[in-house]
Amino acid sequence: MTERIACARLESETLRHNFSDIHPPLSAPQAVIEAERCLRCHDAPCIEACPTGIDIPAFINRIATGDVKGAASAILSSNILGGSCARVCPTEILCEGVCVRVTLGEPAVEIAALQRHATDWQMAHGPAFTRAAATGKRVAVIGTGPAGLACAHRLALLGHEVTLFEKAARPGGLNEYGIAAYKLVDDFARREIDFVLAIGGITLHTGMALGKDMSLEDLREAFDAVFLGLGLSGVRALGLPGETLPHVRDAVAFIAELRQATDLGEIAVGRRVVVIGGGNTAIDAAVQCRKLGAEEVTLVYRRGPESMSATRDEQDFALRNGVVIRHNARPQHFEGGPGGVTAAVFLRADGETLTLPADLVLKAVGQLYEDGPPALETGSGRIWTDGFGRTSLPRVYAGGDCVGGQELTVAAVAMGRDAAMTIHRDLEEPRHG
Amino acid sequence: MADLRCDLAGIRSPNPFWLASAPPTDKAYNVRRAFAAGWGGVVWKTLGEDPPVVNLSSRYGAIGFEGRRMAGLNNIELISDRPLATNLAEIKEVKRDFPDRALVVSLMVPCVEESWKAILPLVEETGADGVELNFGCPHGMSERNMGAAVGQVPEYVEMVTRWVKAGTRMPVIVKLTPNVTSILPPAHAALAGGADAVSLINTIQSVIGVDLDRMAPEPVVDGMGTHGGYCGPAVKPVALRMVGEIARDPELSGLPVSGIGGISTWRDAAEFLAMGATSLQVCTAAMHHGFRIVEDMISGLSNWMDGKGYARIADVTGRAVPNFVPWNRLNMNFHTLAHIDQERCIGCGLCYIACEDTSHQAIAALRIDGARRYEVIEAECVGCNLCAHVCPVPDCIEMRPQPVDGVLTWPDHPANPRRRESERAG
Ligand SMILES: Cc1cc2nc3c(=O)[nH]c(=O)nc-3n(C[C@H](O)[C@H](O)[C@H](O)COP(=O)(O)OP(=O)(O)OC[C@H]3O[C@@H](n4cnc5c(N)ncnc54)[C@H](O)[C@@H]3O)c2cc1C
Ligand SMILES: Cc1cc2nc3c(=O)[nH]c(=O)nc-3n(C[C@H](O)[C@H](O)[C@H](O)COP(=O)(O)O)c2cc1C
Ligand code: SF4
Repeated sequence: MTERIACARLESETLRHNFSDIHPPLSAPQAVIEAERCLRCHDAPCIEACPTGIDIPAFINRIATGDVKGAASAILSSNILGGSCARVCPTEILCEGVCVRVTLGEPAVEIAALQRHATDWQMAHGPAFTRAAATGKRVAVIGTGPAGLACAHRLALLGHEVTLFEKAARPGGLNEYGIAAYKLVDDFARREIDFVLAIGGITLHTGMALGKDMSLEDLREAFDAVFLGLGLSGVRALGLPGETLPHVRDAVAFIAELRQATDLGEIAVGRRVVVIGGGNTAIDAAVQCRKLGAEEVTLVYRRGPESMSATRDEQDFALRNGVVIRHNARPQHFEGGPGGVTAAVFLRADGETLTLPADLVLKAVGQLYEDGPPALETGSGRIWTDGFGRTSLPRVYAGGDCVGGQELTVAAVAMGRDAAMTIHRDLEEPRHG
Repeated sequence: MADLRCDLAGIRSPNPFWLASAPPTDKAYNVRRAFAAGWGGVVWKTLGEDPPVVNLSSRYGAIGFEGRRMAGLNNIELISDRPLATNLAEIKEVKRDFPDRALVVSLMVPCVEESWKAILPLVEETGADGVELNFGCPHGMSERNMGAAVGQVPEYVEMVTRWVKAGTRMPVIVKLTPNVTSILPPAHAALAGGADAVSLINTIQSVIGVDLDRMAPEPVVDGMGTHGGYCGPAVKPVALRMVGEIARDPELSGLPVSGIGGISTWRDAAEFLAMGATSLQVCTAAMHHGFRIVEDMISGLSNWMDGKGYARIADVTGRAVPNFVPWNRLNMNFHTLAHIDQERCIGCGLCYIACEDTSHQAIAALRIDGARRYEVIEAECVGCNLCAHVCPVPDCIEMRPQPVDGVLTWPDHPANPRRRESERAG
C-alpha cells in the first residue's frame, strides 16, 4: 500500500516542472506587439480598477515605443511592488477585467505580462528612484509584507529614515510565506525586497516582534511615527470534532512550509487531500497538493460556486489542474485515530452525508487579525483607521490586511503607500493631539 | 463572373494585375514564377546600357505601423545590374512561353537620342509588348542625370518620349515620378511627346528612418546612408491623388493610366481603377507576401465587380473621377453629424478626448451610475469625422449626413470676400 502521507511523490524533475512559472515572461518583440493592442483609452477603466492606480495606458505606450525604463518608472512610481503584483494580481477582477477590448469581444490586453516585462527590466538595472534630501524624521514600520514594504519605500523616497521590524526570520510577509509557489518562482520575492531596499534609508531588523521584543509605547517614544502592516496572524478554527487529529492542518501554515522548502520533495502530502474553503487560499492549497503529487484533491465549499471568493479564473485553474470542486457541503467532523485523519464528513444541502476519505485535510476558512497592540481601536475585527491610514492613536498608522479591504497584495501596497503619504503630510504639519 | 481582361494602349493581359518594374521582375526565374501564380503582366526590371550598374549591400529600409510590418518600404537600389544581353535573351524566352501575358520592358538610358535609338530595336526583337520609360527612379540614377532627373523636367520628358516613339512601333508607357510639385506638366509633356500611356507613381524621395545608435539614415551602408525611394501601402494616398488629377484633366483624360503605389489588396486595386487606372502595378505587396497574393486580388476584385454589376474593367475605370473635384466645387450647405451607437460603445473615451482636446468640444463625457457614457452635442459638432476615425469599434460612430438644402459653393458663399460678381448682382 502506498504511504498515506509521503514526501517526494514525484520525481524532482517533475516537481520542478510543476512549480515553474505559470505565466512565462514575454520576449521583447512579443511585448511590443501586445503593447500595440492597447487602445490608450481616455479616463481608462483599467487605471480605476487598479488599487494602486498605475497609469496603465502610459506605461504600455512606453513599452510600445521602446521606452521600457520609462514604462517601469510609470509603474513603480505608483506601485513599488509592481513586479510581484504583475505575477500575483487576480487581473481578471482588476485591470484586465475592465479592459475595453473585452467589451469588444476580444481578449484583454495582457497588462500583467507587460507590467512584468517592464519591472523585470528595471530590477535587472537597479533602483528606479533616488531619495529626496534627508528630513531627519524617523519612522518605524512593523511588518514587511506588501503594506509595510510599500510604506517604508515611499517614506524613504521622501527622505525619512525608516526602521523595519519583522517578527519572522525572513522579510516579505505573505509574498515570502503565502503566495503560491508557481506565481512567485525562484527567489523572486527576495530579489524584489533587495530591489525595494536598495533605495537606501531603510534599516531592516528581522526576528523582532512587536508586543514581544518591543511595545508600541517604546516605538512611539523612539520614532516620530509608527506604521503597522501586521497582516493577519490568526486563522479561523472550524470548532468541529476531530479537528485536532494529526494531518488536519491549517492551509496557510502548509503553504508557508512549502514556500520555505529548499527541496519540494521534502514536503509531505497525502494521497487523498480534502481542502475546506472557497477562497484563493483554498485554491492555492489544493493546486499545490496536486502539483506535489496528491492523487485525489477535493476542494469542498459550503455554498455554491457564485459565492466563492476565489475568482472564476482561479476556479478554472484548479479544475485544469485536476482538483475536484464540491459545492454546498458543510464540514461536520473528521474521522481517524492517533495515526491521523482518515476521512472528512460533510452535510450536503440536500441533507445527505458526504464522507470523503482523506489522508490530509487543509483548512482554508479565513484568517483573523490577532495579537495586535491592545491600545488600538478596532472595527469589524481589524485595526480601525480614518481612511487615510491614521489609527485611533496619534502618530500611529496602519494598512494592509490588518486594516481590511480587498485582502490582495496590490491593495496592501496601495494602503501602505497612502499611509506613507499621510505620515509625510502629518510630519510636516503636525496635527494636534 | 466579371471579365478582368485588360487592354492598356493595345497591351493586353488576362487580368489588370502586373508586377511593377522592380526586384520581383528582375529575371526569368522570378517572372516565370509570377506568371505561374497568375499575374496578368510584368514590367521587367529597368534595363540600361552596358556595363551594368553595381548595387550596394544593405538596400532596403522599412517602417511598420502598430504591429504590421512594412507599411512603407524604401530602397536605394539602382536599375538592373545584369548584362543587357542576358536580360534580353530571358525576356524573349519568357514572352515565347507566356504569349497571353503582358510583358513590358522598362528602360533607362542616358538622355541622348543615340542611346535610345540603339536599345529600342533590341527590345523589339524580344517580342515584348511594350516599353516603359523609367523617368522616375529618385536616387542613384538621378544623380547620373537619368530617371527622376529627366522626369522632373517636362521638356526632357517630351523630348525623350518623342525619340522613343520615333524609334519603335511598340506602345510606349511613360512612368512618372511623384517627386514634382504638380504631376500635370510632366503628364502633358508625355502626351505631347506621343506617349501611349502613363504609369505612376514611381517611388517618393525619402529618408525612412535614422539609426540612433549609428547616427545614420537607414538603410545604413557601412556607417552612412542616403535618401531612397519610398513605396508600399503608405504611399497609396499620394498615388491616388496623382492618378486622379491626370484622369480628370480635360486634355489628359484620354491617356490610359497604369496605376502604381501601395496596391496590396483588391480594394486598393478597385480604388485605383475608380480613379482612372486601366492596369495596376504592384511591387511592395509582392515583395512582402510573395506572388500568390495575386490570387486574392483577382478573387476579391471579380467578386466585388460581380456584386456591383460591373462586367469589365472598363466599367470601373474612371467611375469616381467625375466626383473628384476641386475644393471650390464642394457643397458648403452639406452637413454631417456624429452619432454614437451606445449599444456598441465600449467606453474607451477616445472620441471624447480627440474632440475635446483637438476638435470642437462636441462630445460630452458622462458618468451614469458609474458607467462611462459619451454623447455627441449636436449643436457643437462640425462634422469633421475625427471621432469616427479614432473610434476603434466598427460602425460605432456613424457620420449621419443631414438633409441638404440646395448647393452653395465657396465661389458663391456670402463669407467669400471675392464672391462671384454675377451672384452678387443676382
Ligand atoms: C495563501 C495565500 C495566498 C494568497 N494569494 C494571493 C494572490 O495570489 N494574489 C493576491 O493579490 N493576494 C493574495 N493573497 C493575499 C495577500 O498575500 C495579502 O493581502 C497581502 O500579503 C497583505 O499584505 P500585508 O502587508 O497587509 O500583510 P502580510 O503580507 O501578511 O505581512 C504582514 C507581515 O507582518 C509581520 N508581522 C505580523 N505581526 C507582527 C508583529 N507583531 N511584529 C512584527 N512583525 C509582525 C508578519 O510576519 C508579516 O511579515 C494571498 C493570501 C494568502 C494567505
Ligand atoms: C527595391 C525596388 C526597386 C525598384 N526598382 C525600380 C526600377 O528599376 N524601375 C522602376 O521603374 N521602378 C522601380 N521601383 C519602383 C516600383 O516599380 C514601383 O513604382 C513602386 O515600388 C511603387 O509601387 P508599390 O507601392 O507597389 O511598391 C523599385 C521599387 C523597389 C521597392
Ligand atoms: S465629428 Fe468632429 S466635431 Fe463632431 S463630434 Fe466628432 S470629432 Fe467632434
